[in-house]
Formats: sequence, C-alpha cells, structure tokens
Amino acid sequence: MLGLNKKDTTLLIIVAALTLLAPFILNPFPTESGLAQFNAGYPDLMQRFVIFGIFAIGFNILFGLTGYLSFGHAAFLGVGSYSAVWMFKLLSMNVIPAIILAVIISGLFAVLIGYVSLRRSGIYFSILTLAFAQMSFNLAYSVLTPITNGETGLQLTLEDPRVLGQSATADGSIPVTNLFGAEMRSTYEMAVGPWAFQFNMGYYLCAIIMLVSFYLAIRIFRSPFGMMLRAIKSNQTRMSYTGLNPRPYTLAAFVISGMYAGLAGGLMASMDPLAGAERMQWTASGEVVLMTILGGAGTLIGPVLGAGFIKYFENIFSKINDNILHGWFAFMPDGLEDFVVTILHPFIGKGWHLTLGILFMLVVIFLPGGLVEGGQRIARLFRGKKSDDKSDEATQSTPAE
Amino acid sequence: MTKSNLTRRGVLKTGAVAGAGVALPTIFTASSAAAYTNEPTGSSVTLGFNVPQTGPYADEGADELRAFELAVEHLNGGGDGGMMNTFSSKALKGNGILGKKVEYVTGDTQTKSDAARASAKSMIEKDGAVMISGGSSSGVAIAVQGLCQEAGVIFMAGLTHSNDTTGKDKKANGFRHFFNGYMSGAALAPVLANAYGTDRKAYHLTADYTWGWTQQESIAAATEALGWETVNNVLTPLAATDFSSYIAPVLNSGADVLVLNHYGGNMVNSLTNAVQFGLRDKIVNGKQFEIVVPLYSRLMARGAGENVKGILGSTNWHWSLQDEGSQAFVKSFGTKYGFPPSQAAHTCYVQTLLYADAVERAGTFNPCGVAEALEGYEFDGLGNGPTLYRAEDHQCFKDVLVVRGKENPTSEFDVLEVVEVTPRAQVEYAPDHPMFAGGNLGTCNPGA
Repeated sequence: MLGLNKKDTTLLIIVAALTLLAPFILNPFPTESGLAQFNAGYPDLMQRFVIFGIFAIGFNILFGLTGYLSFGHAAFLGVGSYSAVWMFKLLSMNVIPAIILAVIISGLFAVLIGYVSLRRSGIYFSILTLAFAQMSFNLAYSVLTPITNGETGLQLTLEDPRVLGQSATADGSIPVTNLFGAEMRSTYEMAVGPWAFQFNMGYYLCAIIMLVSFYLAIRIFRSPFGMMLRAIKSNQTRMSYTGLNPRPYTLAAFVISGMYAGLAGGLMASMDPLAGAERMQWTASGEVVLMTILGGAGTLIGPVLGAGFIKYFENIFSKINDNILHGWFAFMPDGLEDFVVTILHPFIGKGWHLTLGILFMLVVIFLPGGLVEGGQRIARLFRGKKSDDKSDEATQSTPAE
Repeated sequence: MTKSNLTRRGVLKTGAVAGAGVALPTIFTASSAAAYTNEPTGSSVTLGFNVPQTGPYADEGADELRAFELAVEHLNGGGDGGMMNTFSSKALKGNGILGKKVEYVTGDTQTKSDAARASAKSMIEKDGAVMISGGSSSGVAIAVQGLCQEAGVIFMAGLTHSNDTTGKDKKANGFRHFFNGYMSGAALAPVLANAYGTDRKAYHLTADYTWGWTQQESIAAATEALGWETVNNVLTPLAATDFSSYIAPVLNSGADVLVLNHYGGNMVNSLTNAVQFGLRDKIVNGKQFEIVVPLYSRLMARGAGENVKGILGSTNWHWSLQDEGSQAFVKSFGTKYGFPPSQAAHTCYVQTLLYADAVERAGTFNPCGVAEALEGYEFDGLGNGPTLYRAEDHQCFKDVLVVRGKENPTSEFDVLEVVEVTPRAQVEYAPDHPMFAGGNLGTCNPGA
C-alpha cells in the first residue's frame, strides 16, 4: 500500500491506530480513581507526544541513517517556533502559513549550519553543531531581543497587526490559533461511565502531520537515497573511493531532519503561541538524542516511542508530590508510611530527572537497541522457540542501522 | 527502485483509511456545555500551584509551596486560621470556598517559560484547576498569565516584581499582590540619598530578562532624579552562577555604588563575589564603596550570610512586622514548619486568601465574576496595611518596606531590619506611566 511493502504497511497502520486512538489508550484509569494521576490523555501532553515524535523521527533520519550525531537540533526547533509565532503576529492566526514558514526558515538555517558543520565528521561535527545551537540560543536570549523577546519569550499581543486576520476579537481578547476556523484548542469531552476522554482538534492536526512525516520517513529509509545514507554510516572512505561524493547526501539528510525539527517547532507554536529561547538550549538538543537512543536509533518506530517515554516522565512524574505519596501508602502503619515516602521522595516531583536517568542507564546497558529491542525480545519470547529462525530473520530485515 | 503494484483492493483500502483519517477530527469540534473553564461541579474545587522547584529560584519556590499548603489548610478550616482572622473581609468561613473543599495540584516551573506553561496547561486540562498561582520569576509569570488569559482561568501572580507583569503585559485574568520595580525605586531612592548622599556614581549588574530590565530602569530613573549618575549597566544571564568576571570591571569604572539587580541564587552568588573582591572596603572618589540590592528577601539574605550586613534594599513584607495580620501569619507558619515565612510565602498565602474571598463575595468561580470582585477592592489585615487592588491594571498598592542587612543578627532568621516603611502615597503612579504604558488589559475571558 502507498508504495510500501507489507511489513511497513502494517507498521504504519499500527502507528496510525495508536495515534488516532491515543485519547482512549492514554486514559486507562477512571477520572476519580487514585490512579488517574497516571493518565496522560489530556490535550497538551498528547500534542507533545506527537510533536516530539516528529522531532525525533527527523533526528533519526540524520543520526540513525548517516551516523552523524548532531547536538544542535533544538536550534531548528526554536527557529521554527519563532517563525511560526511571527507569522501569527504579522499575518493571521491560521496555522498553515505559520507551519509552512517554520519549515522553510528552519530548512534555510539547516543549509547554512549543515554546510559549515558537515566539513567535519564524528566528534568534531557534534561539537560544531553544539556550538551553533548554543550561539543561536544566546543570540535569542539576549542580543536578538527585539525579534525574540529574550527570556520572557515571544508572545502575541493585542497590538499585533495580523494583516489577514484580526488584531483582537470582538470581546477584546487575542484570537486563538485555528485551521480555517477550527480552533486548535477546541476539545470535545466524552464521558463513558467513570472515564472521560478528551478529543482535541490541535492534537488530531498534529497526529495527522506526524503520520505523514512517519510515512515520509519510511519512504526515505527504503529508498536508494536511504541506502546511500546507510553506506555513509558503514564506511565513508570506501564510498569516496568508489567515486561517490558523500557530502551532498549528508547535507540533504541534515536539511531534511532540520526541516522536521522546524515542523515540530512550528506545530508547538501553533498549539501554544509562545516561543521561548530555552527551546534552543543544549539540554533540549540532548533530549532528542536521548529520545532516539532510548527508543532505538535507526529503527522507524523507536524515536516516537522514546519521545513518548521521556515526555511522559517529564509531565507525569514531575507532578507527583509527597501528599500524593502519603495518599497511596496510607494503608501502612504511620512510621512505615513515612519511611517509604522518604525513600521515594528523591525520585518523584523535581527528582524525575533522576528516575529517568536510572531508566535510561538500564535501557542502554540491557537493551542497547532501545525500547524496540525490548519489544522484539518480548515478541520472541511469546512466539517461542519454534519460530526462532523465522523471527531472527524478521528482526534482521528491519536492521537497527 | 520501489516496486508499486496498484490493485483495486489496495486503492480502495488506502482511500478508506485516508478518508477516515481526514474525517476524524471534524466530529470532535463540538465544545462542551460548561459556562466557564473547569467549572467545579463536585464537592471540591482544585487550585493549581505552579512554583519553581529547580533552578535559581528553587528556595523561594519551596517556601511558596509551604504557604500554599498552609492557605489551603486554613481555607478548609484546619489549623488556627492564620490571617483569615485578621482579614478585613469576613466572607471566608473555613468551610472551603463556596462550601466546596479546596484541593490542589503542584507543578515545577523550572524557572523556564516553556516548562511553566506546560505545567500550567496540564493543571488546567488534566486536573481541572480553576485558578493558577505561584511563580518566582517575572518571565514565567508573564508567560503563565498569558496562558491563563487564553484558557479562561484566573492567574494570581506569586513573586513577580517586573513592571511588565501589570504594565505592558497585563491581562484581564491576571492579578498581582506583590510590589514592582517602580515601587522599589520610589521607596529606596530617598533612603539611599539620605544614607550615601546625592553625588554618587552607580554601576548596575542586571539579570537579563524582563524583571532585571524594568527594575534597572526604575532604580536608575529614581536615583538619577536625586542626582546620582548611572555609569554603566551590564546584563548577566539568569543561569549564571559565577559573577567574578562581571565584578572585576566595576573597580575600574570609577563607580562608587554597585547596584545588584539580581534575585534568588543569582543575588547570593553575585553579592558573595562582590564582597570577596573586597569592593566594600574600597574608597572610591573619596567615598566609601557601597552595594545596593533593590529587591531583598530573607531567604537570599540567609544564603548570602555575613555579606548582607549593612546592605540596603526593599521588600514586600517581612516577618518581624508587628501588625496583627503579620503576627498571626508568622505564628501559624512557624507552628507548622518551625521557621518564619519569607516574603514569597507571604504573597502566595495572601493571593490564595484573596482569591477565595473574591469567589465568596462574587458567589461564583466564574473568572469574570471573580475579577469583578477583585477590581478596585480595598482590604486590610493581611500584613501590609490598607491595600487597594487597582482596577485599571490589577496591581495592589500598599506600603513598601526599606530594609537593611542586620549587623548583629540574633538568629539565622533575624537577618534583616526594617529601616523605613514607605507610605503607599509615595509609591503610587498613574496607570499610563511611561514605564507601564503599551499594554492592554483586554476583557476577562471565562473560557469555554
């Protein structure tokens, strides 16, 4: 289907089903129950899942295929966000022009940075991209304040021109982002017994764009161009000796992944029209590296899983506080309860980084192929020894790199 | 090189899937029937407390959280009631808000606008918070205030001192009890002129974001009006932890006063660096070199230890105040946590009570009703004397304290002494004052 082989089609359909049914899947616990804390099916987080999924898919096209590790991808995300917010300020609140401009500007940016950085490979390339990203961050943070509004972040105001739209709505507030009139923030709530499911317009826009990006990524992975990129990863010198110049290919891959990042940035701004400089900080660049490795670098679905995993921790674990812990362990005797809460305290709330770090270490040590490898191992376990040969073949036909 | 084999069945399947995908969002565009965002329908109401738990303002954030917990306890009828007993309005009865039990959720702003907005969004969308409060940075406060305006919930600003919060970035759904840079300047300048004379050269180190800029502007304007000269203003990154490279040039600039427009961990580090460089022992232009910290807090003073002795600054509130409200608050906070509250804790506690009281008086949680109840509201008994919530910009007007680092502290909490209580009239300004101009309140947004 759509020029994909059977396996890839199945994968695409699974991903499509997961994203489109996410409001159900992510809200497994009734709203009033104690476990509702772990529900992730609210619009903001679901949007983040798919947006960072796009970001990680794009990063994986560069890192997973060519092996070039960019430590500055957040710069493109930030550039995309700023372009989109400027579009909302100047043109209209429709998200389409904003997203298009975000992709174009970040693409141009990627050409510029990629042209310079790709003269080196390996660690030097990583350092160069890191330097460029930090430079962009510092520029956005202070020098370019008239364009970026510094630390406060670029925001919409009632005085913005918005030539194709309106500066302010009839009741005197800032208009909201929309797609030809359909507001991004409009949410339909469906109550089924004790459960409540939220279907958000913005989420579905992001989800569909994510599916399109995912499809494009599959096509790139399976194309001759993708093969060329893999060749660069396995042995660049040999490739040069056979008379092929690798640089146009790496630059193309770099620009494509930069545009993916810009698309993610544009979508972020479309969901919440604010662009802050910290989106470009090196920690944000590091985050996408973590997502890709955690999920499984070089695999198709891995980066999306990794993005979901990290965002879930950031948003759910960071909100558990001691009070909630005391609620959970209330059945224990007082002394024991306090003891358990004290033990768990460093791992929740502001300690979510610690929990994530431990999990990341465990994944890297025991599942070098990321979450995807974990999934494959479980699948093999279920299929049993009989089809061992066959499943080995299957895993090899979706090479990790 | 890709093999495409179009079959009738394949095309039909593709078409069906694509069609379903495109059509799916359109059935979800209907909006719910609630009168306003997160209308509390059950027996409880949820408030969102969004404070920095990591980053340079983490100490303030932790103290804010304690104050919020105390306020919720008092609203639900627990504890000794604290300032509810001294508050001039008697609408609160200790049975929650409008009879609904108060519950709360917390989040970490990380002192980053993005993270703060994500955290506030999850409180509104997931936990159904009807009011968001907290924050220890003006950049964050402005970002979250904008979000609350869009989402249609009330934002009760915590510690935010930038002029912009109720100036060019003011919003109809946002309210600030804390004072601001302009008020600091107006209160501090006369005291500085008395203590150090009117012929001084000032060098500013300023945190590079909205709060730093507006405070520096305010202090420079207020001191220049009294004859001081501003030699230089250097912007420092918020994330900086070592300021020695910024301190060295001060000595060669010919300045005889260093103004540190820093707060929280920044101020602790920059002041420590400045003292280590021996600035305070220098004689420049025949005058003793002085350091000024325009926005002071007890937490910072404690962090900087010995170095704060004799240094002047301003503060919103201090636990040593002797009025009935402050005493009641210090007592119940001290009983619960074992030490006195900071000004950040005070403003957050007061904001929570003010919100609850406004809801009681309005008889609804609807943000528009609450805003109406708060606008132009005069109250007393919350530790700052008679206070007005001005309707034009949602800024509170009250007395401002000028404080000095104590020479002989009697305990680790007794580090500041109040030099002067600047009366409210002296720090008032017109809503269209140039430092606050350019914004527009808009109209209140109840969401939904």
